[in-house]
Amino acid sequence: MVMSNAWSIWIIVIVALHIIAYAWLLFSTSKMKAKDHKKGETTGHEWDGIKEYNNPLPKWWLYMFVLTIIFAVVYLVLYPGMGNYKGTLDWTQEKEWAAENEVVKAKKAELFATFINKSIPEMIKPVINEDGSIDNTAMEIGERLFANHCSTCHGSDAGGAIGFPSLIDDDWLYGSKPENILQSIAQGRNGVMPPWGAALGDEGVTQVAAYIRNFTVPGQDQNEVAEGQKKYSMFCIACHGADAKGNQMLGGPNLTDDIWLHSYDDSRLESIIRDGIAAIMPKHKELLDDDSIKVLAAYVYSLQNEQ
Amino acid sequence: MNYNFNDELVKKFTTATILWGIVGMLVGVFIAAQMAWPALNFDIPWLTFSRLRPLHTNAVIFAFGGNALIGTSFYVVYRTCKANLYAPKLASFVFWGYQLVILAAVLTLPFGYTQSREYAELIWPIDIFLTLVWVAYAVVFFGTITKRKEPHIYVANWFYAAFIITIAVLHIVNNLQVPVNWHLSYSVFPGAVDALVQWWYGHNAVGFFLTAGFLGMMYYFIPKQAERPIYSYRLSIVHFWALVSSYMWAGPHHLHYTSLPDWAQSLGMVFSLILLAPSWGGMINGIMTLSGAWHKLRDDPIIKLMIVSLSFYGMSTFEGPMMSIKTVNALSHYTDWTIGHVHSGALGWVALMTVGALYALIPKLWGKKGMYSTQLINVHFWVATLGIVLYIASMWIAGVMQGLMWRDINEDGTVVYSFAQTIKATYPYYVVRLLGGILFIAGMFVMLYNFIKTVKTDKNDKAEDNVAELGEMA
Repeated sequence: MVMSNAWSIWIIVIVALHIIAYAWLLFSTSKMKAKDHKKGETTGHEWDGIKEYNNPLPKWWLYMFVLTIIFAVVYLVLYPGMGNYKGTLDWTQEKEWAAENEVVKAKKAELFATFINKSIPEMIKPVINEDGSIDNTAMEIGERLFANHCSTCHGSDAGGAIGFPSLIDDDWLYGSKPENILQSIAQGRNGVMPPWGAALGDEGVTQVAAYIRNFTVPGQDQNEVAEGQKKYSMFCIACHGADAKGNQMLGGPNLTDDIWLHSYDDSRLESIIRDGIAAIMPKHKELLDDDSIKVLAAYVYSLQNEQ
Repeated sequence: MNYNFNDELVKKFTTATILWGIVGMLVGVFIAAQMAWPALNFDIPWLTFSRLRPLHTNAVIFAFGGNALIGTSFYVVYRTCKANLYAPKLASFVFWGYQLVILAAVLTLPFGYTQSREYAELIWPIDIFLTLVWVAYAVVFFGTITKRKEPHIYVANWFYAAFIITIAVLHIVNNLQVPVNWHLSYSVFPGAVDALVQWWYGHNAVGFFLTAGFLGMMYYFIPKQAERPIYSYRLSIVHFWALVSSYMWAGPHHLHYTSLPDWAQSLGMVFSLILLAPSWGGMINGIMTLSGAWHKLRDDPIIKLMIVSLSFYGMSTFEGPMMSIKTVNALSHYTDWTIGHVHSGALGWVALMTVGALYALIPKLWGKKGMYSTQLINVHFWVATLGIVLYIASMWIAGVMQGLMWRDINEDGTVVYSFAQTIKATYPYYVVRLLGGILFIAGMFVMLYNFIKTVKTDKNDKAEDNVAELGEMA
């Protein structure tokens, strides 16, 4: 950003005046003749019993002061500081950052070159070197990328948390194939369960909840389950499927297993049916480069295949 | 002893300084314990670190430090001007008004009423009242100076004057806000400009409240206690003018590598470096005043407190300019190193100078020959010094460690340590810091005991009135 010339000149003048004033202050007081006050004699003033000597400025202190002034002048020639003047080094903090970033990127490209062209199922396999040592670089990097970018929501063990899916079980909202995982990371996912309270009414919500609960906790009120099933077929089937086992194309969760993304208790289940819920996986395409996303997808893919 | 308004008022400030000091430091010790064991907030909102931290900083800086500065400035100005305090009723208002502001802080900050500006958290109605109190303070102080019987103005008063004027300007400009309701308001400055204004204020609160003000205290109490003339008049001129002008520029070093333009960051850095020599000017003038009377360092624990205070001052005013250098700041910024730096100034310089001055002042104000126990002053000196050393050493180590861990990256560009890992690594240092804080506040309790005993004991009463020794007053 460039400021107007008037402001730029104002800054240059006021900085220069300050620095000149320090130099003048030092020069004039260090030249102050000792004849005014002989050594060991006070200035002659006295306040509440306090008097003052007028010793000369300590030499080492004076030189230190002068040195900092010289440093300031040199620095302001080399670096931006004097208004719009850019400095002879043409330094900016953005350029410093970009330069450091280039170094990191180059190192990374070199490191990735050994495995990045493999397919994801290949990438997760450790490489056995000629000398018998095991090279698992790709997955070690994947684990670190996961710790940096994913663990905040999915947990450092990838076990998930309420509202954030576990990545180590075999239940997959959007599919477990490499291309599904790549898609989830790069483009993000936007899981929306619409509210059904208005359509179902309070009684309907309880009935549908009974039907769903009956899969994992059999022995619910059979009248409610039967009524619930009718309503389920009308409202829920499109996303959760006729068998309630979910739909990975749409991200509709399987309701028949005992895995609950948004926690499971009676009132919670009913409130989700009534009020709906949204769960968003952010799009990482803009945060990470393609290679990192691929390694990350491979790492997540490896988690299920370790089980 | 005759009734003397000046001394009676300073007595009130003295008592308030000790009490608020203990309150503020207790809160500090408590939140230091929370850093080590977060469960100590008991899940009660007003006991959380986020609400108590501003209470701690406001209490120690403005309640403890503020009462010490206003009280001693009244004492110093009336004695070095040989003039009674101007407008006594207004002077009393300054005391009670200031306590009211502190009370209002205690009743708002823990409950989440805040402006969220560091060291300027108080909400707008309190800010306006504080402005009135501060203007009254300025009227009393400068009124007394105009009535002075001495032809010259003593150097301590220059520093107190700079403190009073600058704090007024900083407080008003940084708190230019548009109120929305009785407790909520928004700054008139946009974005990065707002950040710059805040840190122009923030760093000059350090520069003028915690430095210039306490240099004023130092310039009176050191020569008085040492019974030696000030080392160099001309040094005091140079370092006063250089200090007050260069401090004004230092604020941007709080915003290195941010959206603040490069030119402003650079100026903040070079003027912070220029600030080193002017800061040390005060230390030299204080310590060299003892030349020819070095034995007092051994015999008089009050002198010991003041000289060690100046040593910490020298250390932290060296550390500050170093930390303002961009490459150093890239490591130190946002770490506990900053907290260590602040406390080497706050505990080492500000608090030790204050307790030294109070030990000198209390017997005078209450008409005693000396403090009840010199030995207890020694005890206070040692526990406080040990506490400070533990505090700042642990925070240095913690800060450098955090900075190194945060910047450590793997070959693939990922960070080596997660944030939680760096907090875990800091745990032992948080415990040592807490121990340092406990030692420091233990010293404050020793002081409180010594203070009460001094005031209540009759046996060492002094015959002569404190004002009578000044002679004829204006």
